[in-house]
Amino acid sequence: MALPEKQPVQKKFIDPVAVKKSIGQRLVVNNVTKVIFLIGLLFGLVVLGILLFGVIRDGAAWLSLDFLLNAPSRRPANAGIYPALMGTIFLMLLIIPMIFIIGVGAAIYLEEYAKRGRMTSFIEVNISNLAGVPSIVFGLLGLTFFVRNMGFGSTLIAGALTLALMSLPVVIVSSQEAIRSVPQAMRHASLALGASKWQTTFKVVLPASLPGVITGIILAVSRAIGETAPLIMVGAAIFIARAPEGLFSEFTALPIQIYNWTSRPQADFQGLAAAGILILMVILLTMNSLAIWIRNRFSKRY
Amino acid sequence: MDTKLTTKTAEKEGATIMNQPVAAQDSVYRVDNLNLWYGDDHALKDVNLDIKQNEVTAIIGPSGCGKSTFIKTLNRMVELVPIVRTNGVIEYNGRNIFDKEYEVEELRTSVGMVFQQPNPFPKSIYDNIAYGPRVHGVKNKKILDEIVERSLRGAAIWDEVKDRLNENAYGLSGGQQQRLCIARCLAIEPDVILMDEPTSALDPISTLKVEELVQDLKKDYSIIIVTHNMQQAARVSDKTAFFLNGEVVEFDQTDRIFSNPSDKRTEDYISGRFG
Repeated sequence: MALPEKQPVQKKFIDPVAVKKSIGQRLVVNNVTKVIFLIGLLFGLVVLGILLFGVIRDGAAWLSLDFLLNAPSRRPANAGIYPALMGTIFLMLLIIPMIFIIGVGAAIYLEEYAKRGRMTSFIEVNISNLAGVPSIVFGLLGLTFFVRNMGFGSTLIAGALTLALMSLPVVIVSSQEAIRSVPQAMRHASLALGASKWQTTFKVVLPASLPGVITGIILAVSRAIGETAPLIMVGAAIFIARAPEGLFSEFTALPIQIYNWTSRPQADFQGLAAAGILILMVILLTMNSLAIWIRNRFSKRY
Repeated sequence: MDTKLTTKTAEKEGATIMNQPVAAQDSVYRVDNLNLWYGDDHALKDVNLDIKQNEVTAIIGPSGCGKSTFIKTLNRMVELVPIVRTNGVIEYNGRNIFDKEYEVEELRTSVGMVFQQPNPFPKSIYDNIAYGPRVHGVKNKKILDEIVERSLRGAAIWDEVKDRLNENAYGLSGGQQQRLCIARCLAIEPDVILMDEPTSALDPISTLKVEELVQDLKKDYSIIIVTHNMQQAARVSDKTAFFLNGEVVEFDQTDRIFSNPSDKRTEDYISGRFG
């Protein structure tokens, strides 16, 4: 490239002397903000650490195989969480297929089929709003609709349906995001080969968005199984000796059991509650790690 | 495979004879007064073109002149934009593609398309090629194997990928990905291949390979290629259409367009005075 002819000397607006002067001050601000952010991070971590430490100190001694396999009892030494643990596991097994089918279906409809317009955005805004509705409100809905109107009573299926309803908005929104992140070029490639819309959605869009969808579902489920309020509203049993035997049997869940134990005055029950929290936490951490693993393992770059 | 191909052709000829006895034997596309609007924006104005079989037709013109819109209309991909309206007739082998009974899926199975950016699926090389045939109901593993090999050979990429058919297509270079997309398009056994600036994202050597491929494919397919590169049009095409502001300014033998254009605007564009 040829050099341009002589250029007139331009007036400089950035004064090197002033820059030099202000650099020190800018670096101080730089460091201060860094420390503030670090404190923010540490605050969360330290509080969590203290809580964890307290729970482990109180609960570790109560953890044993018997604790996992026994029913709750008046005598702390015999008490266990078997019915609650099984209740939580059954709830999970019921919720996952429900929110997968309904949630992903709704997300596919909204992203792939619905015409962009006022109606669609109105629905989308309201789904996002539903995600912020307090869980006890969903409990009331479950009590009115599933327990009373549908006549399910305070059963496992009523609890599962209520929790599924509560998780749906989160699942729909996260699935929509995952589906939206699949580039249009993928859809065009498939359609241009003569594939129908459904084939394109099922064979290209869904597989490509599955990691995001699954991550959203796992996070929603792990939030759902930690919920107490909706289950209390639905009428989960406070004291029950057996694991649920079918969809229409009475049930309880880990958070309910923990809540029950913490509300008793004896110190031993406090220890049992702490042990219950540890079990619940192990389940939650496992599920969240699974979500992270899936996201890292299967996420696709385009 | 061969029997299948013969029946396919026979059916098409039957259809041609029944619907359009007058149409010239070797016309694949007859575009008749095509108009297209994006909302209020009149993007294609009274386009008339007659595209012949086993020829390479290049479409050139400055950015925004409607050449991409036009090629996407030929397989009705343009209708994915919700505000598009069209009127006029495009006859593909004697059938109006805008007919209610003409399903886009059927049209797009005999008219393949290669896009500007290579867009392989995030799947293995094998599954990328087998996708089209599978969508159209081919399940037999042996037949799929044969289609995959033949398509990859057809796109001159077989030797580069034959040992890693099960690896993800994203491991290929951009040029290889584009030839993979061409192979994927061959796998549905189309009669026409539409190429929308297929080399604009590629380096010169990959571009050369794709151009050579276009020359090869001409024997078996009719090819319509949009390009912003005039040298490319001159190198690969038999006929060239020059689009300007949604109109076809000139459509003629490529030699004539580049040596002796009849319209002043074509001459100005070819000689680089604008665009």
